[in-house]
Formats: sequence, structure tokens, C-alpha cells
Amino acid sequence: MIALSDYLILGAILFSISLAGIFLNRKNIIILLMAVELMLLAVNINFIAFSHYLSDTAGQIFVFFILTVAAAEAAIGLAILIVLFRNKRTINVTNMDSLKG
Amino acid sequence: MNIEPILFYVFSAILVLSSCAVITVRSPVHAALFLVLAFFTCAAIWMLMEAEFLSIVLVLVYVGAVMVLFLFVVMMLDVNVEPMREGFIQYLPVGIAVAVIILLEMAFIVGPRFFGLDQVGAPAAHGADYSNTKELGEILYTVYAYPFEIAATILLIAIVAAITLTMRRRPDTKYQKTAEQVMVRRDDRVRIVKMDAEN
Repeated sequence: MIALSDYLILGAILFSISLAGIFLNRKNIIILLMAVELMLLAVNINFIAFSHYLSDTAGQIFVFFILTVAAAEAAIGLAILIVLFRNKRTINVTNMDSLKG
Repeated sequence: MNIEPILFYVFSAILVLSSCAVITVRSPVHAALFLVLAFFTCAAIWMLMEAEFLSIVLVLVYVGAVMVLFLFVVMMLDVNVEPMREGFIQYLPVGIAVAVIILLEMAFIVGPRFFGLDQVGAPAAHGADYSNTKELGEILYTVYAYPFEIAATILLIAIVAAITLTMRRRPDTKYQKTAEQVMVRRDDRVRIVKMDAEN
């Protein structure tokens, strides 16, 4: 029998992997966006596991809204990426220093 | 022999390995394809938790729309990935160290000590006529109707934002001016000429 903790630890593993991905690919903004998507997936696994084991449908409703917002975020992020590439001809994070921050 | 744990561990292994591949492979196209595999396996794991509607939505929305968008952008941009790989080896130890520390901390909290079968227990079994989609729909259109409308508005705003960000006007392209076309009067176009009849 699979326990709730198994699903939660799976979500934790996925979250840690995507966090390591943000550390490793800090120059490549496309992989950074993908790592953020993986993080959202890990959070969604937690929501669905709690919803299933506690018999509360609200968790699945939350996942529904997270999916909606994540899709909107991915679309706008990729649009910004395309505009950035059109203006600077590169998507390397180290070259994004026009604001001198 | 219960097949459910076997399926869970097989799918979890595929999920973890493919997400490791997402963050380590060299080409962004391969990373996007491994991300598709990760989403697909995650949909199977959600199916194990009887969240059928959301797992199908994950496949349709993520694999069908978002990842295709990712692949489209990755293939459209002519990106040289070699300069972006620098620092990969340099940050490998600190990245793995931070990930392992966070994983240990989270596993300590969410592990079997507090969320095992003794504490939470097995989920309630549903009959063969149980419909996850029906249950979600009944609660989504009644209790959560207002957040549902807000989600629709967010999607609309995302469409408008993405299009306005990426649209560019070229000066040499000819556009129709719809407002002027609609506003036109008879006097602007028709000229009545008085002349004698030709014999």
C-alpha cells in the first residue's frame, strides 16, 4: 500500500531536482523556465496527494487553478524571451545587464 | 500481488530520471522533450491517485500546448548553447549540496514519521461508478464559480499580453485602416459631373 508520505517525498525529490537545475543552468533562461515548470509540477503532486488521502476535492480545484496560471506564465515568459532575443540577439542571462542592477 | 506499488515506483523512477535529464542535457530541444516525458509520467502518477480529470488536463494542456510552445520557441531561436554551459561544473557541487539539504529537510517533515500510513491512513475507496470529473465539475461551477471566472480572465489577459509583446509593426507593410473605411461618406467617393449629353 502506498502511503501519503511516498507521494510527498516524490514531490520533494522533484522540487530539489528543479532547484538544482536553477543552480546549474543559471545562464540559460529556457532551462530556467523549464525548471520552474517542474517545481510547479512537484507542488501539484503534493496538492493531489493530500486531496486524495484526505478525501477533500478542494486540493484538486487548486491544482486546476495552478495549471491555468502556469500556462499563462509560460506564454508570457516565452513572449518576453522572444522580444528579448529579437532586441539583443542572445538569451544569455549574463548579457542582461542593461539596467545596471 | 497488488500492482499499484509497482506502478508507482516504476513511474516515480522514470519521473525522477527524466527530470534529472531536463536539467543536465546539453541541447534545449532534448531538455524540452525530456520535460514532455516527465509531464506524461506525472499524469500517470496522478491517475494512480484517482485524479483522472487533472491528469488528462495535464496531458492536453501541458504536453499539447505549453510544451509545443516551448519547442516552437526553442527551435525558432537560433541559440548557441555553448557559452551558456560555462559555470555548469563550477556550480555543480553547490547545486547538489543545496538540493540534497533541502530534500533531507523536506523528507524529515513529510516522511513516514508524520504522514505515514499510521498517521493518515489509506484513502477512501470509491465505487466503480465514481466520476472524478463529475465531482470536480459540481464543486467548480458552484462553490468556486467566482475564482473560475477570474482564471478565465487571467487567461484572456495572458493572450492579450503575449500578442502585444511579440507583435511588431513593420513600416513598409500596408495595413487596412478599418476606422477610415467604416467612416467613409458618399461625398468622399462619388463625384457628380454635369455635362451635356453626347449625340
